[in-house]
Amino acid sequence: MASKRKRDSPEEKEKRVSPFPDEVLERVLGFVKSHKDRSSVSLVCKDWYSAERWSRTHVFIGNCYSVSPEILVGRFPNIRSVTLKGKPRFSDFNLVPSNWGADIQSWLDVFVSAYPHLEELRLKRMTVTDESLDFLAHSFPNFKALSLVSCDGFSTDGLATIAAYCKNLTELDILENGIEDLGGGWLSCFPENFTSLEILNFANLNSEVSFDSLERLVARCKSLKVLKANKNVTLEQLQRLLSRAPQLMELGTGSFSQDFSFLQYEELKKAFNNCRNLHTLSGLWEATSLYLPALYPACANLTFLNLSYAALQSAELAKLLPNCPLLQRLWVLDTVEDKGLEAVGSSCPLLEELRVFPAEPVVGGGGGVTESGLVAVSRGCHKLHYTLYFCRQMTNAAVATVVQNCPDFTHFRLCIMNPCQPDYLTNESMDEAFGSVVKTCTKLQRLAVSGLLTDLTFEYIGRYAKNLETLSVAFAGSSDRGMQCVLEGCPKLRKLEIRDSPFGNAALLSGLERYESMRSLWMSACNVTMNGCRLLAREMPRLNVEVIKEDESDDTQAEKVYVYRSVAGPRRDAPPFVLTL
Amino acid sequence: MSPPLLGVVEGQGNVSLVASPASADSSCQNNSELKERNYMGLSDCSSVDSSALSSLSEEKNSSLNLKATELRLGLPGSQSPQRDSELSLLSPGKLDEKPLFPLLPSKDGTQSSLQKGAVLGNKRGFSAAMDGFSEMKSAAFTEGNWMFPATGSDSQTAQSAPQGKFSVNSGVNVMLAPRPSLNSGVKSVSVKEHSGAQTGVLKEATTPVKVLQERPHAANDNSHNPSGAAKNNSSAPAAKAQVVGWPPIRSFRKNTLATTSKNNDEVDGKPGPGALFVKVSLDGAPYLRKVDVRMYSAYQELSSALEKMFTCFTIGQCGSHGDPGREMLSESKLRDLLHGSEYVLTYEDKDGDWMLVGDVPWE
Repeated sequence: MASKRKRDSPEEKEKRVSPFPDEVLERVLGFVKSHKDRSSVSLVCKDWYSAERWSRTHVFIGNCYSVSPEILVGRFPNIRSVTLKGKPRFSDFNLVPSNWGADIQSWLDVFVSAYPHLEELRLKRMTVTDESLDFLAHSFPNFKALSLVSCDGFSTDGLATIAAYCKNLTELDILENGIEDLGGGWLSCFPENFTSLEILNFANLNSEVSFDSLERLVARCKSLKVLKANKNVTLEQLQRLLSRAPQLMELGTGSFSQDFSFLQYEELKKAFNNCRNLHTLSGLWEATSLYLPALYPACANLTFLNLSYAALQSAELAKLLPNCPLLQRLWVLDTVEDKGLEAVGSSCPLLEELRVFPAEPVVGGGGGVTESGLVAVSRGCHKLHYTLYFCRQMTNAAVATVVQNCPDFTHFRLCIMNPCQPDYLTNESMDEAFGSVVKTCTKLQRLAVSGLLTDLTFEYIGRYAKNLETLSVAFAGSSDRGMQCVLEGCPKLRKLEIRDSPFGNAALLSGLERYESMRSLWMSACNVTMNGCRLLAREMPRLNVEVIKEDESDDTQAEKVYVYRSVAGPRRDAPPFVLTL
Repeated sequence: MSPPLLGVVEGQGNVSLVASPASADSSCQNNSELKERNYMGLSDCSSVDSSALSSLSEEKNSSLNLKATELRLGLPGSQSPQRDSELSLLSPGKLDEKPLFPLLPSKDGTQSSLQKGAVLGNKRGFSAAMDGFSEMKSAAFTEGNWMFPATGSDSQTAQSAPQGKFSVNSGVNVMLAPRPSLNSGVKSVSVKEHSGAQTGVLKEATTPVKVLQERPHAANDNSHNPSGAAKNNSSAPAAKAQVVGWPPIRSFRKNTLATTSKNNDEVDGKPGPGALFVKVSLDGAPYLRKVDVRMYSAYQELSSALEKMFTCFTIGQCGSHGDPGREMLSESKLRDLLHGSEYVLTYEDKDGDWMLVGDVPWE
């Protein structure tokens, strides 16, 4: 952000700190995109704060209750794009009761007058009703992009109103929501003269849409870059879609299995061959080795392959991967087993991110991947820096090897599915595994721990993980000391989420000074009591200390505690089971 | 060709099979526990009249579900019911004509009722959960128990293709799904010992902790295990308490995987995208077989595979020679028997009519 300083006359120097008229400064600052940078800019001086707030068009709010809509529109008058995250992350795993809050309507009510030209709304873990979607569609004529991830509260009817009334819509991205699926008719609500769509993702909707409508929509939206269909779209239909939209850059196929004649197969292959711009591929429901080869021609430029809904076997994966030499991100199901991961190690030298999801996400049970798979990947993929790995067994030695091979990890999320499971070879705790992670991976930003862990793990984390921002803990630790070590030792910690661990009031209160510099703290099924929470609330008035109380029996234990900083004060829309202390 | 089932009939009769002796005391539908007494490990529910199979299997499944909620400590001297906990938790329990293990109700059902239980359970605090888990760990669980008398084959990991071998031949392998699927590696002849029952109990238990403590008892009853505890990839005991929100997978994904496996099953029985399993019964044989029709490319192959599969029954009928050297002879004798139109391949189509195999082009 170099700006030339001109020498002002003394009088002018009194008037302004910045030598530029505001308009120029705003223009310059308009090029600053990253939120962190913009925050820094706004802290320089009053002029810069002012210029920054006038020039900002996109705002990201990581916790919708940390600020109120009124405060937001008061500070930023020209926003076009809003990203909001609502519920605590553990709500994805059913730990937060429904009707907890994070409803978008209160925001929309304020936006309608303050941001009538709102163009984009990206929501994660918010509650969105059909009425809100209707309101959105009718109140914002310039509305272009809607992205709903892991939200709930709406149905396909809401999508229908968006389709019907947002004349300038470019993006409709509906991902993994708790949606009420009333049928696929919403897709047919796009008007016949509607052509602006660039991104359409309905992969997670279960009802079948009218293929005729879909095909015509794809045909007339010449700028369509992203199409992610749901599994009701057959291979044959896919082939027709591809032939209409060879310019696609991201494709989510439907069901990849059908009784095909040879001719049809060849046509499919040809259609894929024409898609030279594909860099992301997903879907592939029920993919079998029979038809996967049809994909191969399109894989040359693939950087992201999402196979997390395709139960592939190791052999199939091993045959597919060599066709994707540029692969950077790979998501698979653990049906590929260690052997499949060996193929990953040998075929994907540029791999940066690997996520292995369990085909059977249950405690106990067998199959899936083991420590050898991850080691094999680390041997071949030296650029690996992001992993989410669900397995049923792990050893300290294996993890140490993995981080030796890939010391640049920024996100290390290991989930050993059986809680409190020790190193299965030595029967020791997994402390040393995570110790080696934090010692070796100095750039580590996000860590999720699992297995049998004592306070030692947290001592290691506190001592070495100096760049850690997000920590997820479950069934781990032996005493308050564990959590204390983390709160005292990790200066950049922003999000701490803990469940089923023996941390109590002493641990909670040891972070008194920290919570205001963090986004949030979640503790559930720990040993925290109501009194501890009340004490915290009393000492730190600018924190919202909320306890979710679901059943009446025990009044002293604080079952679920959610602590977060806020400039908006306590919630005004809290349901009865959320107690703000 | 898309026959829902194949039945080998003699003359015109519908298939009927004798239920295995173990189930004599109770109807197959009511006692899932005895299912596994069948020495081949096939559920004796497969012996139900095939023409009424789909409706029966629904009943069976629903009644099984009830049974599945009972705490089973095992009958004295017998194995505990095989219930594949992964299978049961994933599939909603509505698999038609699947002669497999009793299925627990849908995962969602399990989860939601578990939630109530688990919330209370969580109140017990972390230590209780820890105790429960460590108890489970210490219980000497035996993973798999492969009951093939012929080979006494070792138990294998859930995901590997079970190598079921009959005394006669190994052509049978074809029927064993090569595909570990989303529905776990439970194949029609796989027999796995779990205290799967306990998982079912959780639905009704008010505290998961209590259940956890009971489980080790059941485990100890599982004494009979020739193969010495296959180390499945999980070192922990097979059926564990399901904790709310663990493993941390978004509900959307969990539901989708469950649905996908369910859909696979609806496509004629067997999970696995590549395999299309079809039930075959031989009139007079004590149990049915399942065959992956995708393994064959012509009727001839299918019928010879079926012959091989059912040879063992007719050998019995011919009288055993007891001499391995003469096996060849007896096999060919059988083939004539089978060819000599004593057995005819038929299937029941979707209208419920019995059709002769071979009329429709293979595809």
